[in-house]
Amino acid sequence: MYVLLFALGALIALTVVFGAILGFASVKFKVKADPLVEQIDNLLPQTQCGQCGYPGCKPYAEAIANGDDINKCPPGGESTIKQLADLMGVDAKPLDSAHGQEDVKKVAFIREDECIGCTKCIQACPVDAIMGASKVMHTVIIDECTGCDLCVEPCPVDCIDMVPLTDTNWKWDALAISVKNIN
Amino acid sequence: MKSISKLFVSSPHTRTGLTTNQVMRTVCYACIPGIAAQTYFFGWGVIVQALLCIIVALTAEAIILSLREKPVRATLADGSAMLTGLLIALSIPPLAPWWISVIGVSFAIIIVKQLYGGLGFNLFNPAMAGYVVLLISFPVAMTNWLPVQQVMTYDISFLDCVSSIFTGFTLDGYSVTQLRIAVDGITMATPLDHFKTQIDLGLTASEITASPIYGDYGGTGWEWVNLGYLIGGLLLLKQGVIRWHIPFAIIASLFTFSLISYSITPDLSLPPMISLFSGATMFAAFFIATDPISASTTIRGRLIYGAIIGALIFMIREWGGYPDGVAFAVLLTNLAVPLIDYYTKPAVYGHKAKV
Amino acid sequence: MHSELSLIEQVKSGKLWDIPGGIHPPERKSLSNSTKIDIIPLSPFYYVPIKQHIGNEGKLLVKVGEQVLTGQPLTDAIEGLSLPVHAPTSGVIKDITPHVSAHPSGKPEITIVIESDHKDTVFTTKPIKNWQTSEAASLTKHIQSMGVAGLGGAAFPTYVKTNPTKDIKLLIINGVECEPYITADDVLMRYFANEITQGINILQHMVQPELVVIAIEDNKPEAIEAIKLAVKDQDTIEVRVIPTKYPSGGEKQLIEIVTGQEVPSKSIPADIGIVMQNIGTCFAIKEAVIDGKALIHRVVTVTGESISRPQNLWVKLGTPISDLLTHCGLVAEQDQRLIMGGPMMGFNIMDTMMPVVKSTNCILAPSEYNLPSFGVEQACIRCSLCSDACPVNLLPQQMLWYSKAKDHEKLEEYNLADCIECGVCSYVCPSQIPLVQYYRSSKVEIKQEKEDKIKSDKAKERFETRQLRLERDKQARLLKHKESADKRKKALEKDGNAKDKIAAALARAKAKKASTGETAPISADAQTTNTQDKVAAAIARAKAKKQAQADSETTATVSSESQDSEVGSAEAVEAKSAEQIKKDKIAATVARAKAKKLKQAAENKEQGESN
Repeated sequence: MYVLLFALGALIALTVVFGAILGFASVKFKVKADPLVEQIDNLLPQTQCGQCGYPGCKPYAEAIANGDDINKCPPGGESTIKQLADLMGVDAKPLDSAHGQEDVKKVAFIREDECIGCTKCIQACPVDAIMGASKVMHTVIIDECTGCDLCVEPCPVDCIDMVPLTDTNWKWDALAISVKNIN
Repeated sequence: MKSISKLFVSSPHTRTGLTTNQVMRTVCYACIPGIAAQTYFFGWGVIVQALLCIIVALTAEAIILSLREKPVRATLADGSAMLTGLLIALSIPPLAPWWISVIGVSFAIIIVKQLYGGLGFNLFNPAMAGYVVLLISFPVAMTNWLPVQQVMTYDISFLDCVSSIFTGFTLDGYSVTQLRIAVDGITMATPLDHFKTQIDLGLTASEITASPIYGDYGGTGWEWVNLGYLIGGLLLLKQGVIRWHIPFAIIASLFTFSLISYSITPDLSLPPMISLFSGATMFAAFFIATDPISASTTIRGRLIYGAIIGALIFMIREWGGYPDGVAFAVLLTNLAVPLIDYYTKPAVYGHKAKV
Repeated sequence: MHSELSLIEQVKSGKLWDIPGGIHPPERKSLSNSTKIDIIPLSPFYYVPIKQHIGNEGKLLVKVGEQVLTGQPLTDAIEGLSLPVHAPTSGVIKDITPHVSAHPSGKPEITIVIESDHKDTVFTTKPIKNWQTSEAASLTKHIQSMGVAGLGGAAFPTYVKTNPTKDIKLLIINGVECEPYITADDVLMRYFANEITQGINILQHMVQPELVVIAIEDNKPEAIEAIKLAVKDQDTIEVRVIPTKYPSGGEKQLIEIVTGQEVPSKSIPADIGIVMQNIGTCFAIKEAVIDGKALIHRVVTVTGESISRPQNLWVKLGTPISDLLTHCGLVAEQDQRLIMGGPMMGFNIMDTMMPVVKSTNCILAPSEYNLPSFGVEQACIRCSLCSDACPVNLLPQQMLWYSKAKDHEKLEEYNLADCIECGVCSYVCPSQIPLVQYYRSSKVEIKQEKEDKIKSDKAKERFETRQLRLERDKQARLLKHKESADKRKKALEKDGNAKDKIAAALARAKAKKASTGETAPISADAQTTNTQDKVAAAIARAKAKKQAQADSETTATVSSESQDSEVGSAEAVEAKSAEQIKKDKIAATVARAKAKKLKQAAENKEQGESN
């Protein structure tokens, strides 16, 4: 009987001590995490292209947080899917081709002599990257353009091209040389 | 004018002659002095086991590689499987039955090495993991070390060894247990084993070490085997295949602990020199613990890694249930390697604390 | 403060420090350093890239077909980090076009092609003979206009270093030249020690250091002798002989060897009061200031076992490498490798039309036997030979895992950014892993990732701001509508006969409804024919556009004809017609686009049907 009580007492004491330690640790070392939507939004490429079916990256982030699939973002491609999978604790799946293919980075380019100044592309641009006013020629601010191609469709004269970004000098080798893989 | 190479290669455009294959082969060659000593004192069984283990290791590696659809011939040529086989062969008793070798080597290659991803990915030292599996599973067979040939009652030939390994009996029909009976009719154990049992019987260290199984500074025969591995190890150091930190740390740590223990309780402790020149001390210090894949890689890390191994060897020998603790010491320390490496990162240029 | 004082004292004591790691590859310097520096005959064509340095290219000053003289500036330095380039010889500008660049990628860069007239007529530039009394600022400007860049390999504009913003205690002259095979600085020191000393004196005058240390590796006894002789009367210049080891010649490594100090990560040597210049740069400074010669030539080592006459040459910048190889007698083996720079840090020359530029110190044609290349990559066995050899104490074996796994956070934690890409780790790796290449790729990826992150953050911000603005506009619009509605309501109430008006409005609406009901079938009909009409309209418009074009041509000719007689009216006509043309143009483009869209729709339909 004594042995039993002793064991019981010891166990209770241990429970109390470790419980206290854990409790203390959870308060003391609490990690203040971003809300989930913010974290997801940070992983998305912010092209605001809407290829996922939502009007921008933030809405898609909210949808993912509410359980939507993580493979609907073509500009982000496989790497974004992988990061999202890590964050959400789900398996990475291949890109859903219904939403488009992964492509090289592009920016919009307006053939300025053909532009009639209708401002339709300006209204379509999700990041205000097109300059211009009614009846005057428009142009794309290349550094602000996310390559979402939302401006291409509304253009009544088809004067917007999506042009692949050219590489600057320091980028060449990552793309040009594939490191030989073992086996 | 012949063609100009249009192949893009990144700098540097040249390299040293040393290759991984050479590293592995050099380690095998450096075992030769130790093998010679071991064969001289424990008979041809050492050679037979070595051949058997190497064949099993290569076969197991080849099978798994082909299952994993990796290039078989090129990978076998790196010599890592051969080395693992050899190291296991040198660790087990020379007349251990053949299936012991097969199980140990197969476990080492298949489970410990290939299932973790093959060369370079194994967390544990394959040879030691294989050895420990055998030691735990077949404790009797694994501790059936023969006494040195010079004090044995029977002379055993090469064919006796082969026969004993594969059938359990020599050509004349003696079993390993019978062979272990020495000239004076007492069953002979290894010096470390003997010391442990005798201490438990209440004898003092000086009484025990008076026995003929102890030589001038280690176990009879064992001291020469250890010397052989020491010489091989020094060769490896000279060749630049291993660095001095790990062997030095192991030997220094083991010697220090032994010395402290011996000076406090001289009657109960193994004398430091016997500690260094018995069992697998030198073998472990130069050939096992220096396996780069499972060892620490930073300079401070290597010293810590070696020191922990040395301390563990001492503790297991002194207080543990097994006479020799090399394998356990190495495996336990393998577990700590990622942590050691992480906390011993050297200060990178330009990151020194401000003066 | 005390550390800075002791810095000079320590250096003066002659103590040397050691760098961690390092290697001793076969030097093979005796191949090329036994002869005097030869001069290569003039080439028929010179290819001068307008950017040969770190920073921005200058503004073009010349046009195709223009005659230029030797040393004449071809570009003018612009704001910011920029240097001009000069004509290496006299001749005619044949072309200004993209040409294979002296960059590992060989990516074409804008290059001025000069056809030599074989006269080598010199463009006169004024030297600054009285530099001892000149202001440092004017000397800096002169050095910039002469196009002087660091000739050690990086081609960093020298004028920046001669104009330090911080107080400089120590000037180190780098004569280490630790790469195997290369002897360009070695021979320059042997035969031009006095000129180099003059260059150093100019630097002393400009930078005002307390002490100058010339560091030379102990495998160049002749150069050490020559330099010692040249500086023996100057007590502020010390020659320091350092042990041979690669990569002692790296800027940060040499600073550590000479001073025992480390340049903090992401800082420059000037931050700790040190400036370093290369031997070749000192010579170029002397030529620029005392002789008034722009940087148009340099010493290049042409060496390697496949070169029959390995030697050092004075080569004019822009000389194609093929001319050097022909001059020195290349006997190529199978798959002959050609390297610009040394075997440790140089890069493959894939096109021998690549020109010699300011940073070209060596052209190497090694034999496979003497300089074995990499075989098949094997698994890393964590032997840590690499980390033992790393001169900056990195852990290449750990970084390899993270590089393969693209774990950029970990790579930064392991200080990938501090890797100097010296190649030591790859050199010693028994598994033949091209470690440096992995790190280079990872560095680029990290840079790319950071850039993408900045861009996406910006996009996010812009998107959110836009959303806010749209929302605000919407609210404002609603408010306005409500206000005007209220106003109308009030106005109506004031009128009193609001009821009548409402009734009238309702009646009007009813009448309208009735009429639309009648016309409905017609409009449906119209819609079916609508597409056909549209096509027709588009075609018509396209025709109109063609017509307009023709018209505009005629108008143009007409207007040019009428210009002589009636200038005023012609202008008016022109203006009017221009407006007309513009309108037509717009109509035409709209038509064209519409036609295109229709066609696409039709095609899609067809495809859909055939599918």
